[in-house]
Amino acid sequence: MQMFNSLSRFRWCHRGRFSGRPLATPFSAGSIKLGQLHFLHSWRQTLSSKASRWSWLAVMTMSAGLTPAVHAAEGEALSSRESAVRRLEIVAPFDIKGADPLLSGILFQRMQMVETLVDVDATGQLRPGLATEWSVSDDSLIWKFTLRSKVKFHDGSLLTAQAAVQALEIARAKPGLLKSVPVTDIVAQGDTLLIHLSEPFAALPAYLADYRQQILAPSAYDDSGTALAVIGTGPYRMMSMSPPLSLEVAAFADYWGEQPDIRRARYQAVSRAEGRALMAESGDADFTYSLDPASRQRLRDSPRVSLASAPTPRTLLLKVNANHAAFSSPDVRRALSLAIDRTAIAQVVLRYPEGASQLFPPMIEGWHNAALPALHQDVIKARESLEAAGWQVGEDGIRHKGDQRLAVSLITFSDRPELPLVATVLERQFHAIGIATRLDITNFSAIPSGHHDGSLELALFARNLALVPDPIGTLLSDYAGTAEAPGGDWGAMGWHDVDFTADLARMAREGHGASDDGRDPRGEASRVLQDALPVIPIAWYYQNLAISNRLESAQVDPWERSFGLSDLRWAP
Amino acid sequence: MNIPSRLLQLLMVVLMVGGASYLMMQSLPGDASWRIAAGRYGYDALDAAAAASVRAEMGMESSGGLSFLYWLGDILRLELGTSLISGEPVWNEIRHQLGNSLSLAGAALGLSLLIGPPLGLLAGLRAGGILDRCLLAVCSLLRAIPQFLLALVLILLLAVEMGVLPAAGHGEAQHFILPALTLALGLAAVSARLARDAMAAVTQTAFHDFARWKGLTTAQTFWRHGLRHVALPLVTYLGLQFVTLVEGVVVIESIFGWPGIGHALVHAIFSRDVPMVQGTALVLGVGFVVINLLVDLLGRQLDPRGVQ
Repeated sequence: MQMFNSLSRFRWCHRGRFSGRPLATPFSAGSIKLGQLHFLHSWRQTLSSKASRWSWLAVMTMSAGLTPAVHAAEGEALSSRESAVRRLEIVAPFDIKGADPLLSGILFQRMQMVETLVDVDATGQLRPGLATEWSVSDDSLIWKFTLRSKVKFHDGSLLTAQAAVQALEIARAKPGLLKSVPVTDIVAQGDTLLIHLSEPFAALPAYLADYRQQILAPSAYDDSGTALAVIGTGPYRMMSMSPPLSLEVAAFADYWGEQPDIRRARYQAVSRAEGRALMAESGDADFTYSLDPASRQRLRDSPRVSLASAPTPRTLLLKVNANHAAFSSPDVRRALSLAIDRTAIAQVVLRYPEGASQLFPPMIEGWHNAALPALHQDVIKARESLEAAGWQVGEDGIRHKGDQRLAVSLITFSDRPELPLVATVLERQFHAIGIATRLDITNFSAIPSGHHDGSLELALFARNLALVPDPIGTLLSDYAGTAEAPGGDWGAMGWHDVDFTADLARMAREGHGASDDGRDPRGEASRVLQDALPVIPIAWYYQNLAISNRLESAQVDPWERSFGLSDLRWAP
Repeated sequence: MNIPSRLLQLLMVVLMVGGASYLMMQSLPGDASWRIAAGRYGYDALDAAAAASVRAEMGMESSGGLSFLYWLGDILRLELGTSLISGEPVWNEIRHQLGNSLSLAGAALGLSLLIGPPLGLLAGLRAGGILDRCLLAVCSLLRAIPQFLLALVLILLLAVEMGVLPAAGHGEAQHFILPALTLALGLAAVSARLARDAMAAVTQTAFHDFARWKGLTTAQTFWRHGLRHVALPLVTYLGLQFVTLVEGVVVIESIFGWPGIGHALVHAIFSRDVPMVQGTALVLGVGFVVINLLVDLLGRQLDPRGVQ
């Protein structure tokens, strides 16, 4: 019932506060028709107030031979035998596309079937994975990774340095971040792996923690290097996979680490957020990933689940084409930023406590620079900046400069259901300072392709700033570029700062130790981005989960690398 | 039954469905290599290099009308190609997903036949009675409610509030019930009305009156003289219901997380998986022809008049 209340409240907010236009309701998600919900709400209220009225339905269904098996064990103590056969149900929005790491490797990593040489702890620090230690030669050109001994793949074969070399070479030949690392050669030497570089690259270990660098057994690949099966080294092994929607895993008895309490688990992809929430509420899902704001409100009162939330290294941001006649001026980009009411967007649309005050959320230590003045809303100042830049309000309320009208298109996509909603809000807020915005809700590939053909003007999306655990990886691909091809597909466009790019390259090469004047170069990089605003940060993301009360010791991995299956336990 | 003309019809359907889906996919805006890379790698990993590797892999520049001819050649050898996203043979994917959809559609159709026609017949026997009027109201309501909403109502009622059925998912027998029931209620609403009208019409006929006059009971009259007449429009309508079902499973599969052909088709269109779209459309088109053929054959069995 709460979901309906909150949704109807939301409709009020949306119409009353931001816009008189109807909601954009894409097909893929979040497209409950609000009018229908109102009907459903009152109808359901009538029914539930007189529960006896539909007890006939219960009798009918029971007599049809349906046993409520799903909830039979709820609340009862579990014997160890029961816990051995009991299956954990995980529900998340990600479709399974295939066995190759490039297609669904991130899901296999989250299900702990595969591992990488280097792992990441909850604070974002690197820790040993399949490699127990690593070091770099004095000239910083040869990295040496010592492999963990007696590690078995799920097919029973032993992990050797040769197998790891093969997996990395295959990953390097495919599209991915490793391509941008100056690796010349990877060789196996006893139980160690030597990675030769053409120039120093201090961030290499972080790149090896990326899911695409997962180590699979040689038998997993075909001749072309495509993985046909998921034969990893993780605490869980694949039992069955039925793309696109489900797979099942069981604990791997020969795992090198501690044996997990949860012995069997099934993953189901459910693309609709309300579908996932209903499964959590009805007890069909023990671990539900990625809840939408409305469902979270609704599940708050559920006796079956508890909610968990953690900040993630993902930021909702507006990509701005700095080649555009208006946006080439940092003052105009700042005016755009001043027009945005981040608190309202965060609290009303996303149901987060606050908006973003800068690009990096506080969880990304070092890169988040607490000394920076926070991004904020100041509509009057925004208007003044536009006036000063020569953009005068015309008769239609939209600004002009000579013949040019300040009308732009804003591309976004509906795979993340909140994006079209935020875009609608931005359209109104930009209108308030005299900028006409045309929304284009399309496939997300329109953003990088629009970056390359130069047609993109504004784009709204959520960017993972820790594609590799060290944000330097994302910064290099999104904000560095060259003077001829500045920025990156999901970052700056038409904006280039020679010193900034050089600083990023130096950090990648030498690491981010403090410079001679004692300043943290990461915080300084954030300052440059905050001053120039090649992209305009709007909100920091949170990962929201519902965890069944049948489970205990659940932890949210803020780096989104794992569902944390092996740490979960059945409640006694 | 004219077998050659039916085969010709089948061939025309193959050509038209294949050609139309090919042309539609080609005329969609946007660069296909970007869309395919997007479908494969997701937004975090999509960049120009990924799109370029897709372009290189497919030799996209040289496509044009030629690829349609290749596709036709493959069809003649009963091959549907491989999916551009997963790399699996299209036939394997369709077989897996069509099987899931057909079992769901079959369950829905069976359930709708158990619910709709019997109620319709009872109402038709007493046209204008209380049952008839109630049924009209219920059928109109069920037909008017979008399946999306009906599915949510059923999930809330049977899964969330009463906890007797799983809310969504796939793999066990009980997962069939809610999606099949959602589809069946919509279908039953129409088949009940059809059965009711047919039954009411039969009770008005001279042969029905004569059967009663000669002393048969209501039940005897129905079994010997009524059922066959009522069955004819119902069987014909079954063929049409196949279309409703195909349309319905797209929505129902996405709500209940059912790995069927509707879900696959939507995703294939989003990510420009042309072989997958063509293959799916083709299988559905051929299925439609085959089902109509079966309906016609059954119709002839029920009403042999006019057969030489």
